[in-house]
Order: sequence, then structure tokens, then C-alpha cells
Amino acid sequence: MEHTTLAHHLLLAGLLFALGLTGVLVRRNLLVVYMCLELMLTAATLALVAFSRFNRTMDGAIFVFFIITVAAAEVAVGLALIVALYRRRGSVKSDELVTLRD
Amino acid sequence: MPDGLFIFFAALTLGAASLLVLSRNAVTSAMGMILALVGVAADFFLLDAYFLGVLQVLVYAGAVMVLFLFVIMLLTDTAESAEGYPWKSAALGLAVFFFLAAGAVWLFVWSGAVPGTAAGATPAELSVNPGEFVTAAKGFGRLLYTKYLLPLEIAGFLLLVALVGVVSLSKDPVEENA
Repeated sequence: MEHTTLAHHLLLAGLLFALGLTGVLVRRNLLVVYMCLELMLTAATLALVAFSRFNRTMDGAIFVFFIITVAAAEVAVGLALIVALYRRRGSVKSDELVTLRD
Repeated sequence: MPDGLFIFFAALTLGAASLLVLSRNAVTSAMGMILALVGVAADFFLLDAYFLGVLQVLVYAGAVMVLFLFVIMLLTDTAESAEGYPWKSAALGLAVFFFLAAGAVWLFVWSGAVPGTAAGATPAELSVNPGEFVTAAKGFGRLLYTKYLLPLEIAGFLLLVALVGVVSLSKDPVEENA
């Protein structure tokens, strides 16, 4: 632990966020896009915990506790929305859900 | 140079996240996501946030990902799609990834904006911080029921609202019309 600095953790969080954003832009399956969104959220929590640890304060860690709570609720509602969408449109591919564009 | 465990888990996390982004099978993507979340939990452990690490595995890698897998198996055909690879969006994604990654490397490694203090070093001005970083779950409990009592109540209420919302969203529309 001695030689792992704040910068290393932030770099990991930054790369994770970049991967998540790439997935959101590239993937067509709504469920995979949603998982990539969750990955971006997790990367942000990693940065928060790192800052909290290296500043020797508890607030960032508590913030992450609330983020995990809200993310769980958000995933439940989001997946219910995707299931409802599939019932109406019969697809979860974002390039087939173009009713507003056509 | 970071220590070996951090390098191992960082590589695991990034590899699993790449699997999530690149795999064309949604179930394989979900497996990569689970592995990435476990890697992040391990990083929480390395940061001495043991409670958050356990919470991450239980809530995220456990409950949330089980929900994801259920819906994936319910809605998508798990076979590899035969349609052509979307080269245009892949090129865009690659460009965005390299732009962001280069930005992160520059900001966190080369620009010198991040102070390079090791975890053991305590800045003198922060040593009297009342909410000092506690590794035990007790530290969370004390703060959650004093300084953060109202947010805790709101979070609990939010879970109730989400529960009711999910029930009303997943009602059968055909049944509703009858």
C-alpha cells in the first residue's frame, strides 16, 4: 500500500470511466448500454473513495454508500422500463427503436 | 510504482471492463461486468474501505447483476448476432476512448495536479478532522445516524418509491385495458 498513490487510483477510475463511455457510444443492446452506464458510476465511486481515503475524511465514503443505494433503486426502475419497452416494441436494440426519427 | 496487488486488480478490472464493452454476447458482457465490479471492490479493500468493498460485492456484483442477468436472459437471444460489425460507431468509440484515456493519463500522471502523498502520510491540518477515516463499519454507523440522518431517511424512502414504481411499471398492459 505504501507505494500506491492517489494518482494510481484516479488513473484506474479515469480509464474505467473511459471504457464505460465507449461502451455507451458503441453498443446497440440497451441492456449492455445500461451496464456500461453502471460502470461509469462505479468508476466515479472509486475516485470518491480514493479521495476520501487520501484526505483522511469519511464524507466521500458515506457519499459512496448513498450512491450504491440510489444505484440499486435506479437499476430496478431502469430494468422495469426496459422490460416495459420490450413489451411494447418487441426489441431492446437502440437502432431498432427509431419511431421518433422516422 | 504501485504495489503488486493493486496492479493485479487494476489489470483484472480493466480487462473485465473491456470484455463488457467488446463482447458481442450480452451474457458474456454481464460476466465481464461482475468481474469488473469485484475488481473495484478489491480496490476498495486496498483503500481500507472494507465496509464499502463488502457492500459493493453484495449489492452490485450480487443483487444488481442477478437482476441484469434475469432480464438479459428474458429479453435477448443469447446467440451471437450475425449482422455486420458497426465499424463507424466502433471507430467513434475508439477515438473517444483514446481521447479520454490520454486525458486521464495526462491529468493524473504528468500534469502534477495530483499530490503524490502515500496513504500513510497524514497532512497536519487534517489530523483534527472530526469525521476521520475509520475502516470499521462502526464509523459508517455513527455518521449515518448523526450527521447524515436526513439523507439516510431520504434514501430509505427512495427505495420504497422505487419498489412501488417497479410494481406499477411491470403490470401487464393487457390486464390494465380489460
